[in-house]
Amino acid sequence: MISYILKRAMQSVVVLFAVGLVAFGMFRFVGDPIDNLLGQERTEADVERLRELLGLNDPFVVQYWNFLSGAFQGDMGVSYRQGRPALEIILERLPATLELAMVSAALAMVMGILLGIYTAINRKGFITTTILTTSLIGVSLPTFLIGILLIYVFAVEFGILPSFGRGEVVDLGWWKTGLLTWSGIKALILPAITLGLYQMTLIMRLVRSEMSEILKQDYIRFARARGLTEKTINFRHAVKNTLIPVITVAGLQIGSIIAFSIITETVFQWPGVGLLFIDSVQFVDIPVMASYLMMISVMFVGINFIVDMLYLAIDPRLRDGKED
Amino acid sequence: MAMLKRIIDSDLFWSFRQSPVAMISAFVALLLMLSAVFAPLIAPHNPFDPASLNLMNGFSKPMEPNQFTQDVFLFGTDDQGRDVFSTILHGMRISLFVGFAAVLFAMVIGVVAGLVAGYVGGRTDAFIMRIADIQLTFPSILVAMLIFGIAKGFTPVDMRDQVAIWVLIISIGLSDWVQFARVVRGAALVEKKKEYVEAAALVGRKPTAIIFLHILPNVLSPVLVIATISLALAIIAEATLSFLGIGAPPTEPSLGTLIRIGQGYLFSGEWWILFFPAVTLLLLALSVNLLGDWLRDALNPKLDD
Repeated sequence: MISYILKRAMQSVVVLFAVGLVAFGMFRFVGDPIDNLLGQERTEADVERLRELLGLNDPFVVQYWNFLSGAFQGDMGVSYRQGRPALEIILERLPATLELAMVSAALAMVMGILLGIYTAINRKGFITTTILTTSLIGVSLPTFLIGILLIYVFAVEFGILPSFGRGEVVDLGWWKTGLLTWSGIKALILPAITLGLYQMTLIMRLVRSEMSEILKQDYIRFARARGLTEKTINFRHAVKNTLIPVITVAGLQIGSIIAFSIITETVFQWPGVGLLFIDSVQFVDIPVMASYLMMISVMFVGINFIVDMLYLAIDPRLRDGKED
Repeated sequence: MAMLKRIIDSDLFWSFRQSPVAMISAFVALLLMLSAVFAPLIAPHNPFDPASLNLMNGFSKPMEPNQFTQDVFLFGTDDQGRDVFSTILHGMRISLFVGFAAVLFAMVIGVVAGLVAGYVGGRTDAFIMRIADIQLTFPSILVAMLIFGIAKGFTPVDMRDQVAIWVLIISIGLSDWVQFARVVRGAALVEKKKEYVEAAALVGRKPTAIIFLHILPNVLSPVLVIATISLALAIIAEATLSFLGIGAPPTEPSLGTLIRIGQGYLFSGEWWILFFPAVTLLLLALSVNLLGDWLRDALNPKLDD
């Protein structure tokens, strides 16, 4: 078991090193850093002095090491566009994205599980068919079209919800939150639905198929034979066993929610890191792109590791040392 | 003729005839693809020729005579008097070109990597599959965005619009090879143990010949399924990137670019500039997707997922 944990931890470290290499490669080889820092009027001596100062004459491995140790201390270079440290800009924008992602994830979990249970218990019928058909369309629609559709219905036609921005935010000192004002909450509704819809369908389908499987098991038949009510069977016995795999899968989805927030943030002009990332791609702002990549990799790898550990805690077969 | 008879008599064609969904999707997909291919012949206007545009025609409503010129446009016009129907046909050309080229690129990389990993095994296998695993940690759209940004950094500023389409193809292609590689590797591992491969090795055929002449033809049916599903995903990925403004350049607008432009008119009431490109994209993606679903059920190869 310990060897399993160590193996997974090693894999995570390898992934992070690989991503670090990509980020470093971006700094080093995409565009000339000297060109980015020095203007047109420069002498050979200036260039040489700066190369030495930036360590560009060092061997590749030394440069990579310096880059990684800098990154660990939060030094990811200065944004070419804004002239401020890239990490500072990202951290400033992070609360907006995290709030959006968390609300979407919660929405996807709650709605997905509820609808999944409902459609598993009532396998046929008008409501179930409607839910399943709608979810099929929801999966086929690209995220940005769902966003536009919601804007059209709720912002243009009915005019009840804002179509862009974050509304009023309250500054808590280290975290600017939109969850404490009415306008902030209203601004959050449409982006959260857009972002959470895909994950919601995914969770719903998973819950539905898991629960349908479980309802066919012997212990459910025995429970029925004992004369327990349908309600007790469904919620005491079936749901409990359904939720274990669901929680781990849903955990993995948090990573994709953060990545897909790029699209949602652009549609709704939500001032988070995703919008920042798109801007940085458009203007080839390498330090911001690289910092975003590093930040999101740490999150992804961290989430994957935690989910692996959760599996370990839940699935006894893994604990006995039978890996993969 | 013999070829045609073989196709009509095949199991695949039979299962195609049995599925109304497959026939309708094939019809819609084919119709859209053909109209994209023949866009210059079908389109009533050339949206890229400034001489053919009349600013007076701007914001014409669909199927209604323009208030100044009395010209009628099937899907209306945009702010500069460009016929929306024509821009959609030309936009679909770009969307489909990028989609097909990206899938082809991903397929070549993925199939070769999968075959080599599966047949050679050992460290080569571990190395290729580890790269695949690392890439799979991240959603492919994010990978495509990153590759796009990096590739953009490599191209000189004045060249960026000209090569944007190719950069787009490479980014989407590179973000999507893993699916092919995983499935082909799995299939190659199975084939490798079969007697015909041993026999080929015994008579002294080179590994490259065994991989590409003997194993490859036998792993093609799962590849076909993944390619079809990937095409739908690639079309959506292209539209998403172009919608975000990091894809097709304004000089060569794809469906995603058109939707991006149309979104700007959402509040001012010119709904058709957004609506028709969006519906076209939806029909295209949905029909290819349903076709892929049918193909997966019909060929029933053992897919990983």
